[in-house]
Amino acid sequence: MIVRVKLFAAARQAVGAEQAEVELPAQATVGQLREALGRRHPDLERLLRHALFAVNAEYAQDATQLQATDEIACIPPVSGG
Amino acid sequence: MVELTDKVIDPNAAVEAVASRNAGAVVLFLGVTREVTGDRVTESLDYECYPEMAERKLAELESEARRRWPLTGCHIIHRLGHLEIGEASVAVAVSSPHRGDAFAAGQWLIDTLKEVVPIWKKENWADGSTEWVHPGVES
Repeated sequence: MIVRVKLFAAARQAVGAEQAEVELPAQATVGQLREALGRRHPDLERLLRHALFAVNAEYAQDATQLQATDEIACIPPVSGG
Repeated sequence: MVELTDKVIDPNAAVEAVASRNAGAVVLFLGVTREVTGDRVTESLDYECYPEMAERKLAELESEARRRWPLTGCHIIHRLGHLEIGEASVAVAVSSPHRGDAFAAGQWLIDTLKEVVPIWKKENWADGSTEWVHPGVES
């Protein structure tokens, strides 16, 4: 399946796009997405080690399984306030 | 109530939003953009967010604060976009019958907001360079 990942802040800057597309096996997990994204975009790797992922606008664990229809976002450490 | 806005934050409006006849205490926290961080000088800042999730997380924080403390009002506003030095980037206003709860809720809200709400700031340094701030990530 192909998943689309929303990118923000330095992650968006590193990739040069507001989202990244990644091909993953069916029922892949957030952990697999993290690895695949790092392979596809080496400039993101450092951030990915510290980033969380959100699935359908809720924080997810590395074990969370993904569906192609999920809204997925990479959430690098936040700095609001 | 929670709000993400591109407009200048009005602290008086935030205070008025939490006014209540049962409130003996109103606490307002303003986060303001700072010029000097360590030995670096900031020219301006830009904030961006993941809108759907940021709004949901802010609403969750309000619900949790109302569950933990007997609040009579709670209003959180976060600014987005371009900010000059000295402008408010965030306002947290809470009211409660007694001051202890208002102080505790206000402190918890701003501390937790900074940990979990998907909002990011970019430092536009005075030397012309820029940097997205990601705490814990070595640059």
